[in-house]
Amino acid sequence: MDKYGSLRKKAAQIRRDIIDMVYRSAAGHVGGSLSETDILVSLYYCVLNVDPKNPLSPDRDRFLLSKGHSIDAYYCVLADKGFFPKDDLKSYSQFSSKYIGHPNNKIPGIEMNTGSLGHGLSVGVGMALAGKMDNKTYRVFVLLGDGELAEGSVWEAAMAASNYELDNLTAIIDRNGLQITGKTEDVMRIEPLAMKWESFGWNVIHTDGHDFPSLCDAFSKKNIIPGKPTVVIAETVKGKGVSFMENNPKWHHGVMNEAEYKRACEELDKVPEVCE
Amino acid sequence: MNTIHNRRVVCETLIELSEKDRDIVVLCSDSRGSASMAPFAEKFPSQFIETGIAEQNIVGIAAGLAASGKKPYVASPACFLTTRAAEQIKIDVAYSNTNVKLLGISAGISYGALGMTHHSLQDIALLRAIPGILIAVAADRHEAKRLTEAFNEYTGPAYMRIGRNPVEDVYDSDDYDFQLGKAITMRDGNSLSIITFGETVKTALEAAELMSTGGIDCRVINMHTIKPLDNDCILKAANETGAIITIEEHSIFGGFGAAVAETVVQNCPVPMKIMGIPDEPAVPGKSREVFAYYGISPENLCIEAEKLIKMKKNGW
Ligand SMILES: [Mg+2]
Repeated sequence: MDKYGSLRKKAAQIRRDIIDMVYRSAAGHVGGSLSETDILVSLYYCVLNVDPKNPLSPDRDRFLLSKGHSIDAYYCVLADKGFFPKDDLKSYSQFSSKYIGHPNNKIPGIEMNTGSLGHGLSVGVGMALAGKMDNKTYRVFVLLGDGELAEGSVWEAAMAASNYELDNLTAIIDRNGLQITGKTEDVMRIEPLAMKWESFGWNVIHTDGHDFPSLCDAFSKKNIIPGKPTVVIAETVKGKGVSFMENNPKWHHGVMNEAEYKRACEELDKVPEVCE
Repeated sequence: MNTIHNRRVVCETLIELSEKDRDIVVLCSDSRGSASMAPFAEKFPSQFIETGIAEQNIVGIAAGLAASGKKPYVASPACFLTTRAAEQIKIDVAYSNTNVKLLGISAGISYGALGMTHHSLQDIALLRAIPGILIAVAADRHEAKRLTEAFNEYTGPAYMRIGRNPVEDVYDSDDYDFQLGKAITMRDGNSLSIITFGETVKTALEAAELMSTGGIDCRVINMHTIKPLDNDCILKAANETGAIITIEEHSIFGGFGAAVAETVVQNCPVPMKIMGIPDEPAVPGKSREVFAYYGISPENLCIEAEKLIKMKKNGW
């Protein structure tokens, strides 16, 4: 199996972990988690310089999940990478668990507490500025939702990042076109999105958010334009990988019944790389 | 009469500290003038960040800097910093537990005639309900220096509230025992206690002097650290003096007086009077005029003291 084949296999396994965890706990934000899974798998298995044995290494790349509600994919990836035991996730969303429904920086591998939308990019700007001040070469990645882009603070941060010429900062938009109420363009129009970021001084890269060669290429250092922050607009499908969840806002934080769970598992187990 | 602003002293102290501590970073939101931070920006341009007028962003950026090992100080008008960026303070600073120091400039009613948009009379109530943030206010320029030094030693989220105008000295020098969380008894007495912080420590001392001519022996406590409160000092005052006046340059709702009362009523109830700004946009004017308008003057404090002492004697 080639590199991208193993990433596809990994993504299918992470999606299966998400479905298991979400079904078991009857909690979570499954739609956005499935839409961002391939982005996270690309980052954690192909791009980020992070060490689960030394999660606070000063030279590590930083990742912030600004769309903090899509925690399920994030936990499953971090557990799979070995930041904490997979078994820990059995307590997900249970009484007194640290594995709550949004990122919690008491958990190894998680940098900041997020979950109120519109915070992550400013924090990423601060981390990228610190890197520049200390002549470090680490990169900072911030994953945002598309519905999140209605938050004004995102644009304060976007303006600042290009003002400070933070070419060590990459924002990623999980552009699944949906938010809890429905289509982003019906709730609050955010297009023309690429033009907005371009006019804020960003290096804009469009990509298929489920295609591993495209994603890994988009995040690669060779695309950095000196003095400019980069934004990767990743076109995704909310609920990706489970047919009845795909493009259906109902699954923003829907909970599966037993039949739905079984069907989801069957579909994910049929991914070609999993069957190989 | 002292003419040196506390905010200037904070800047000078940060300059002194930065000579050795290169992790210090000062951030301003188009506020280096009003925060008196221009000298810092000139001296340490590589440790200074201008964010423009964007309070949410400045706090988020500071949190990111702190999470990367820096010691950020955000110097921005208290009114905008604490309410516009309240959620960034709650989450990126307090909840994520980042070592961010917030310097709320021109707090209270010190912007005077600029009105309610520029008054900061809710900051203590707001921040004290958020777990994990230390809140402190200096009574004069000497304390401003000690407090700034203490902030740089302290690791964790903290908010310093700083007035706009020079305030009269209550200390002879900066050479005195200062510890975060430990209130200072400025004047001893047993008839009643005035507990306050910041600019009104001076008013309280003047009131106590005036009371002494009428035979009232008033204790004056400078509670420079509002969170965590020095509960031992408050309860000692309640036990030994039996009546308490609190004074705050802040709304009387949910602020300092309320905090003191929470301690008093649950442990040692005594008659109390909470002095501060009532539930209205504060009247415009110079600090002393505004304080007097709301009864925070030596003369009126004597009247309030007599009422409380009477209540105490009558077994209230
Ligand atoms: Mg979306």
